[in-house]
Amino acid sequence: MSSYSDAAHDAHGHDHHDHKPSFFVRWFCSTNHKDIGTLYLIFAAVGGLVGAVLSIIMRAQLAAPGSGIVSSGQAWNALVTSHGLLMIFFSVMPALIGGFGNWFVPIMIGAPDMAFPRLNNISFWLLVPAFALIMAGQFVGAGAGPGWTLYPPLSNSTYQSGPALDFVLFALHLAGISSLLGAINFITTILNMRAPGMTLHKMPLFVWSMLVTAFLLLLAVPVLAGAITMLITDRNFGTAFFEVSGGGDPVLFQHLFWFFGHPEVYIMILPGFGIVSHIISTFSRKPIFGYLGLPHALVAIGVGGFVVWAHHMFVSGMSVDTRAYFMAATMVIAVPTGIKIFSWIATMWGGSIRMEVPMLWAIGFIFLFTVGGVTGVVLSNAGLDQTLHNSYYVVAHFHYVLSLGAVFSIFAGFYYWIGKMSGHQYPETLARWHFWLTFIGVNLTFFPMHFLGLAGMPRRYVDYPEAFAGWNMVASYGAYIGGAAFLLFFFICYKTFTSKQHLADNYWGEGASTLEWTLSSPPAFHTFEELPRIR
Amino acid sequence: MNFLRRLAAATVSFAIAAFVFAGSAHAQAPRPWQMWSQTPGSPVAEQIESLHVLVMVIITVITIFVAGLLAWVCYRYSEKKNPNPSQTSHNTLIEVAWTVIPVLILVVIAIPSFRLIYFQDRTEAADLTIKVTGHQWYWEYTYPDSDGLNFSSYLVAQADLKPGQARLLDVDNQVVVPVGKNVRILTTSADVIHSFFIPSLGVQRYAIPGRTIETWVKIDRPGTYYGQCNQICGEKHSGMPIAMRAVTPGEYTAWLAEAKKKFAANPTADASRLSAAATLEITQ
Repeated sequence: MSSYSDAAHDAHGHDHHDHKPSFFVRWFCSTNHKDIGTLYLIFAAVGGLVGAVLSIIMRAQLAAPGSGIVSSGQAWNALVTSHGLLMIFFSVMPALIGGFGNWFVPIMIGAPDMAFPRLNNISFWLLVPAFALIMAGQFVGAGAGPGWTLYPPLSNSTYQSGPALDFVLFALHLAGISSLLGAINFITTILNMRAPGMTLHKMPLFVWSMLVTAFLLLLAVPVLAGAITMLITDRNFGTAFFEVSGGGDPVLFQHLFWFFGHPEVYIMILPGFGIVSHIISTFSRKPIFGYLGLPHALVAIGVGGFVVWAHHMFVSGMSVDTRAYFMAATMVIAVPTGIKIFSWIATMWGGSIRMEVPMLWAIGFIFLFTVGGVTGVVLSNAGLDQTLHNSYYVVAHFHYVLSLGAVFSIFAGFYYWIGKMSGHQYPETLARWHFWLTFIGVNLTFFPMHFLGLAGMPRRYVDYPEAFAGWNMVASYGAYIGGAAFLLFFFICYKTFTSKQHLADNYWGEGASTLEWTLSSPPAFHTFEELPRIR
Repeated sequence: MNFLRRLAAATVSFAIAAFVFAGSAHAQAPRPWQMWSQTPGSPVAEQIESLHVLVMVIITVITIFVAGLLAWVCYRYSEKKNPNPSQTSHNTLIEVAWTVIPVLILVVIAIPSFRLIYFQDRTEAADLTIKVTGHQWYWEYTYPDSDGLNFSSYLVAQADLKPGQARLLDVDNQVVVPVGKNVRILTTSADVIHSFFIPSLGVQRYAIPGRTIETWVKIDRPGTYYGQCNQICGEKHSGMPIAMRAVTPGEYTAWLAEAKKKFAANPTADASRLSAAATLEITQ
């Protein structure tokens, strides 16, 4: 993509005695993009762990019909709600955007740090109270259980009384502000702080994906903020934005929510696209195929993400012409997504492929994202959605693109960069076990959900008719395997950080061509004190 | 579409299993280890089924194609077999091809899809209308054409299940419709959003307070068609199933007469429910 001069490397090669602040100042008042990135990654691991524990409880409840592990329907609904919100706002987004984004966007464009380091600090620290509030939503009173989509009237004060849901709504406000500030920071950094010679068309794809993601956040999050503000005033101050008896409209909330919610799913997957592109290129020892087309595909997916929201509402009573439009628009998104898939395969074609652990995760990502993508084409079809809407088919679809897509890209990025970030390499055999266990576990969990959905099992059910028992049992065993694999991941982290091995600057060899591989592993506390020149 | 159905049965391995199951008897409720949709019981459900088979064949072929390509490049271009990577990073022809071919495939899917959604939308000549009102946590059915016959339909509690009844599917009062007639279904809600969902009939619409949403069904043959509430609605979301019984027109007339007596003498709609319904009418 772009070549670099070695001047930058020489310039910082001697400053390993750089002045790190004391522990408290370094980690609690940090303005350093790498430290904040690390904090985000730790936060995402914690959020992911809590979200995973909730999902294991859910699968244990659903393993057999009529089980009483979860005490009540409301407790179940609160579990479902927390699981969704935790995984989206407190695991996938912090890992991909806050974690890898903070770590590698400045380094890849040759910038010394983010444009607004203090804003970066606030972005992270807003998430911590938000997390506390989400957990309060789970445990205060009967818990907040309207589902992560928060549709009124179920989310109004009559049907979710008590402060639990208000905690959740304030948590979303804080997480939303955090994302917005982060988005502003990324856009400013990428547009203004690229090293000399790093034109937009030489910019690494991960940075491109973060730029598009940041714009999506900037445009989508305020709409969510507006919607939940109206919900808060409906709940607490007697307004009637969504209250039928006061002339309001519950369907208005659905439109507002999904105007945010659909871009949100692309926000979760686009950074993963960027990471996978780098990994495929590195381990095929080939430049990305059709590089110029890829940013365009990313932008097309981003723009398209804003004009398809009502495909989540095909049975909400929209007119048939409106349904026809949203169906057509949604199907079109399959085209740029297909371009990405084919370009990854074309990058591998003719390459010299080394099956390192990050490459395993990246290839796993491509295959599973394809499966999730094609079921998306089925669901985009308003006619078919009439029997698939809200069924387990939908649950299978979005877990294939998120739980298997986005999460696989997170693990791919982790194994690709952990040596760079920590200076230590992961234990090879355990890492391969982690991949295969996860791959088997998640497929066993989510593939049978297609069958359940086709047979008509609705989502968010605490208990189900006996006919659905078989595939639910299989899904639960899959979840236990996936859960075990996640625990193994924490052990791998422990082994990595306590390893005595130290890595070279570019431990992946010539295929890895972006700027982070010119730095030491781990990079100095301050990088690029002298700007690199891109030729 | 019959040709496609056969094609699917031959190519999609798990579809085969499903069709073997589906071949036997009337399947209006889900069956153990079911891997495919329930047997369609209405023209809409039949068209959904045939379009779904078409789309399923296409996406299966695409998935196998992508998986095959991935496996092939991993094998053929491994470090051992191909130590020196090519540096090719452009090929205009192939880049145009992988843009245009997906567009063509989507057009193939889109044409029958548009036809389907306009067919699904509503019936032009309704023989009768049923108004469905979602409540926490039961369904209320009103027959405006039959003197406003009105009754509620509750889940049969586990302790009261009779032999042959399915837990979480069977209800005390089934909603009864005649076979072969166009039935207009109007959904609304008295409290939160529910979803009126009968998979084997291809029927699903949200029940939203303050709104009336229209859909329709015509049932091909007598039988009981089961469904469940399909939009999270609180504590007992999984405890408000739907059972629609289709009977011959003669039986339907007899049922109407009997039901009018039964629900007039023993009004299941108690005072609170009536007032909830009244509030709803006002807000509309």
